[in-house]
Amino acid sequence: MKFLDLIRTALAGFRAHKLRAFLTVLGIVIGVMTVISILSLIQGMNASVEKQIQSLGSNTILVAKATFGMGQIDVEEISKRKDLTVEDAEAIAQLPAVKMVSPVRSRQLGSVRYRGRKATQVEVDGVNADYELVGNYLVESGRFITRDDYLRRASVCVIGSYVVDNLFPNEDPIGKQLSLGNSRFVIIGVLQQKGSFLGQSMDAVIFIPFTTFELSFPKAVGPGSWFGMQIQVMARSTEQIDKAVDQIRELLRRRRGLTFDKPDNFGMHTQEQIRDIYRNITGVAFIVMIAVAAISLLVGGIGIMNIMLVSVTERTKEIGLRKAIGASSQNILLQFLTEAVILSGIGGLIGVGLGLGIAGIVSAVTPLKAAAPIWTIFLGFGFSAVVGIFFGIYPANRAARLNPIQALRCE
Amino acid sequence: MSLIEARSLYKTYELGAHKLNALDGVSLTIEQGEYIAIMGPSGSGKSTLMHIIGCLDTPTSGQYLFKGRDITSLSDLELARLRNAEIGFVFQSFNLLARLSTFRNVEMPMMYAGRNRSEREHKVSAALERVGLSGRRNNRPNELSGGEMQRVAIARALINEPAIILADEPTGNLDSRTGVEIMKLFDDLAQQGNTLILVTHDAGVARHARRIVHMADGRIDLTVGANPAPAESLAGPLGSAQSPSPAPRPLTPDS
Repeated sequence: MKFLDLIRTALAGFRAHKLRAFLTVLGIVIGVMTVISILSLIQGMNASVEKQIQSLGSNTILVAKATFGMGQIDVEEISKRKDLTVEDAEAIAQLPAVKMVSPVRSRQLGSVRYRGRKATQVEVDGVNADYELVGNYLVESGRFITRDDYLRRASVCVIGSYVVDNLFPNEDPIGKQLSLGNSRFVIIGVLQQKGSFLGQSMDAVIFIPFTTFELSFPKAVGPGSWFGMQIQVMARSTEQIDKAVDQIRELLRRRRGLTFDKPDNFGMHTQEQIRDIYRNITGVAFIVMIAVAAISLLVGGIGIMNIMLVSVTERTKEIGLRKAIGASSQNILLQFLTEAVILSGIGGLIGVGLGLGIAGIVSAVTPLKAAAPIWTIFLGFGFSAVVGIFFGIYPANRAARLNPIQALRCE
Repeated sequence: MSLIEARSLYKTYELGAHKLNALDGVSLTIEQGEYIAIMGPSGSGKSTLMHIIGCLDTPTSGQYLFKGRDITSLSDLELARLRNAEIGFVFQSFNLLARLSTFRNVEMPMMYAGRNRSEREHKVSAALERVGLSGRRNNRPNELSGGEMQRVAIARALINEPAIILADEPTGNLDSRTGVEIMKLFDDLAQQGNTLILVTHDAGVARHARRIVHMADGRIDLTVGANPAPAESLAGPLGSAQSPSPAPRPLTPDS
């Protein structure tokens, strides 16, 4: 029998049972749809996170007492570590692979008030003049903290867009005063909106000179202060990041008096490491998704096997007739197998279509640019076809082995 | 060489402890172009014999030569090919596929023969014309009368130009007038040189054949009519017409 005839014979099989065929493939449809839509979402998230990582500042390295990551953290050991110092920051700034450096000290404030208005969960960071570039912030109006502000310990601050929106919805904040810690600060600049990073707003910030921070928040407590002082470093170029990391490590080990047999008692983050952490998280999501997809494809496959068995029973007489007029067992096997594969393949196609549709809707109504890579479409379709073969082989084989005489006698 | 040569066929079914001989030593020779009826009550073994002649089944013992070829040794695939090319079945209940049109039903054996579309189109059209159903090619079986359905089945049986047409109670599901029309069609086919084997318990149907083989208890107990000499020509079944058979001989026990 020719291949096209085989397809046509198989297609005629479901034309009689359209609803049943549709219900049969629903499991496959849902499975493939889930895979495609989640893959698209992850893809969209990847793009968005990449943009966010970029927005942290290019070529930056964060040096802190400890790093966050996927590994085990010995809290007690870390809390005993020596804080980084401004002198450390100044020494790092002299390294050949390093372009500029800012010390950072942070304090999370429950709320900041201005004339009855309130902005909650605002982070106050003590930074230097270079932080504008190191942290990749852009000033929308006014100016950033200057070297002069830093040296004079000026009581000035630069506020993020979240703070502006909440405290100064209808007025120009420049020149207004905010009470932070135990001092009052004059607002000298407003930052451009930066969005959020891993769900955390990067606009709920107030920058003050690092030197002033120590006066206003003498005893830093809270989650931001746990790391003590941090140093944000900008390498000379992307290629020099690794070199800068090595140089900083060598310098800090020397300054902190570590002998060669001791591990680092400080940590560093590069954007690459942040990417790695993110990839680890999405990797888990990926595995979970594959498990979900596998289960639904399994359920879908069982559905197909079930309906194919029903179909073989219903069509026993047809099988007998086909054999009588010259169909070989192989012809019958291929006919039913083709039906199963077409069923699951169509299910796969519908699933791909719906998955892309969901991705399209998500892209349209949210900022997430969800898009499925082309290979996922083939993967979704291919996998469902394989499911069709796997779960179709048993019913098809059963049909092929029917004795034509008994099959013909069947009513 | 005879078209069909069966020698001492036995078909034995084991039903628990005792054996049942559905065929109990049947020998039968059928020549090219013969019009023969196998008669007998149910349980006489005529269906079993038909299945073996139609290559749907193989005997437990004995020899069955089809065109000189021993089919007892053939594989499942070879039997399927033989049925496809050489045997046309016509059933009591028509056995048309309900979801396929007349055209598609008739076309089916050609699909299994691997014929291409244009050849199929051409031959199916000719076959439908032959049985007088050219106007019904796109109708489904449920839109046809019983007689029309049986004509579709006959067209399907003829489509691959088989060596024999095996009809199992072809008028069993038809009213008597339609039955007569169908028998007329069979008579015409026989007249044109096709080899026809009718399996029936209806003496009225069997009378159309030139030779009648009676079966009872798995044996052939009586043969009525001529067993003509082996045909000289092995012309195709739709080929040249055979000469009319000789006058019926008196009843003689066969074998």
